[in-house]
Amino acid sequence: MRKSQPLLYCTLIAGIVLSAFPLYWLFVVATRSNDVVGDWPPPLLPGPNLGENLGRLLDADQANFLLGMWNSALSSVVVTVAVVFFSSLAGFAFAKLKFRGRNGLLLVILATMMIPVQMGIIPLYMIMVELGWQNRMEAIIVPSLVSAFGVFLMRQYAERAVPDELIEAARVDGCSTFRVFWTVVLPALRPGAAVLGLFTFMGTWNEFLWPLAVLEADNPTVQFSLSQLSTSYYTDYTLMFTGALVATVPLLLVFIAFGRQIIGGIMEGAVKA
Amino acid sequence: MTDLRPRTATRPAVSGEPPAKPRIRLRARLSRIDTAWSPYLFIAPFFVIFAIFGLFPLGYTAWVSLHDWDISGAGAFVGLDNYVTLFGDPDFWNAVYNTIGMLVLATVPQLLFALVLASLLNQKLRGLTFLRMGVLLPIVTSVAAVGIVFSQIFDRDAGVVNGLLGLVNIAPVDWRADKWSSWTAIATMVNWRWTGYNALIYLAAMQSIPRDLYEAATVDGASKARQFWSITVPMIRPAIIFTVIVSTIAGMQLFTEPLIFGQGTFAISGGSLRQFQTVSMYMFEKAFRDFDYGYGSAVAWMIFLLITILAVVNFLITRKGK
Repeated sequence: MRKSQPLLYCTLIAGIVLSAFPLYWLFVVATRSNDVVGDWPPPLLPGPNLGENLGRLLDADQANFLLGMWNSALSSVVVTVAVVFFSSLAGFAFAKLKFRGRNGLLLVILATMMIPVQMGIIPLYMIMVELGWQNRMEAIIVPSLVSAFGVFLMRQYAERAVPDELIEAARVDGCSTFRVFWTVVLPALRPGAAVLGLFTFMGTWNEFLWPLAVLEADNPTVQFSLSQLSTSYYTDYTLMFTGALVATVPLLLVFIAFGRQIIGGIMEGAVKA
Repeated sequence: MTDLRPRTATRPAVSGEPPAKPRIRLRARLSRIDTAWSPYLFIAPFFVIFAIFGLFPLGYTAWVSLHDWDISGAGAFVGLDNYVTLFGDPDFWNAVYNTIGMLVLATVPQLLFALVLASLLNQKLRGLTFLRMGVLLPIVTSVAAVGIVFSQIFDRDAGVVNGLLGLVNIAPVDWRADKWSSWTAIATMVNWRWTGYNALIYLAAMQSIPRDLYEAATVDGASKARQFWSITVPMIRPAIIFTVIVSTIAGMQLFTEPLIFGQGTFAISGGSLRQFQTVSMYMFEKAFRDFDYGYGSAVAWMIFLLITILAVVNFLITRKGK
């Protein structure tokens, strides 16, 4: 242990405090009443008003907060399951199966990974009008069912994690290709799939631009609902903070449960949220 | 389970089976169809959905942008008129200026802090997992919540930042009123949210640098700072390139944070004087508030071009610095 250690720890702890303070502040204000929020010095400890604020949040008609939470939960779960499944399936095919055009198609995936498809939302909106999906959750879910990034990630993972002998052995036992995938490959891909799943869940939960374009305030996602709170209650900070807190809880729970895997995923490289 | 013949016949290596054989057993034939077509079946869901809902809309944006197109449908083909208007549109260039301004204010400190944080974390430490989870807390905060918290922290009357400035006798700042102040507030949100994430990417890269490089440098008498700039930074260059490109692409599409920061009626225009309207917000305003799909598409296509150009420029600069 060198002499500079205490200084190092102090710097790091200061960094952690900075990174945690806004979250803590979220909690403090959500438990307070509006009278004290603007006080100086600011209240630094939680107060007794969380229950009351939650009640007001549910009563805030224009925000449809509960429906927003439900819609976000539904779309995040469905999208996560689909992205993980389709990415594993395609990733396995690219990593382990031989077929004509494989390298060319893989190149297409690589090229599309960085494309900001968000810039296509105007025609995407027109498609939704044609399909009659405006203000419906299909519009949020269906376009997100697959991800170029996910396919790439699972392909990389399958290359490393699935031994060819395992696949050969299953084939010799007479398994069809899909059964090989389902019984042998998918279990081996589980750690990679977990990381992809977590990031997909967080990404879908945080989606904002597209829901704002295609949904209406009476059928929002949770981020949309939060933005409604901030436009209609201009200065009602405790209400906005309570909503923000509730909207963060699912992500926090995921983080507490799977934090180590998330860190592992980032550290293994090339994971974007 | 005992008969080996049909199974070996399905291996791709022996697919050149003599056609003279009287009949191929059904199972073998099915199996061959399976090997030949399964790969395409497995990748089809991705390509079909991505083509319909990803690539097609992006390409079609270019087509829409050549028309006088509104909510009632396609109007006249107007060629490049929308682009001509766009090039003379001060609101568009203002949004480009704002976006790039915030991009610089958000990306540069974010990556520098991340470098410092990563090198601090890259030592023998107690409670490493706790520290890593601590620096990641910001990315698990839901994005609109980030906007809401920082809107309050930067509030003119009730905000913590103005309170702290008051302690050193600086008059309260109306953070939403000016370009520099609103950019700072919004960039702070982005910096806060992504520093820890980038630090972990750098940390991963730093951990793969061979120890003996540092030992040799220490023997040669190189200082810690010298070692950092001459060994660490060059060795993690791929990670730096990756983070620069990803943050640039994300920064060019900045939308949620400034929109929530705006609050009230001027939210989508980024303040009453458009002081913090980004290009994504401008596109949204044109397409989904004014229902001018043709013009909105021209904006979208220009953003797409800008992102591509910036990504390439970034790539060239970060690579050339070698």
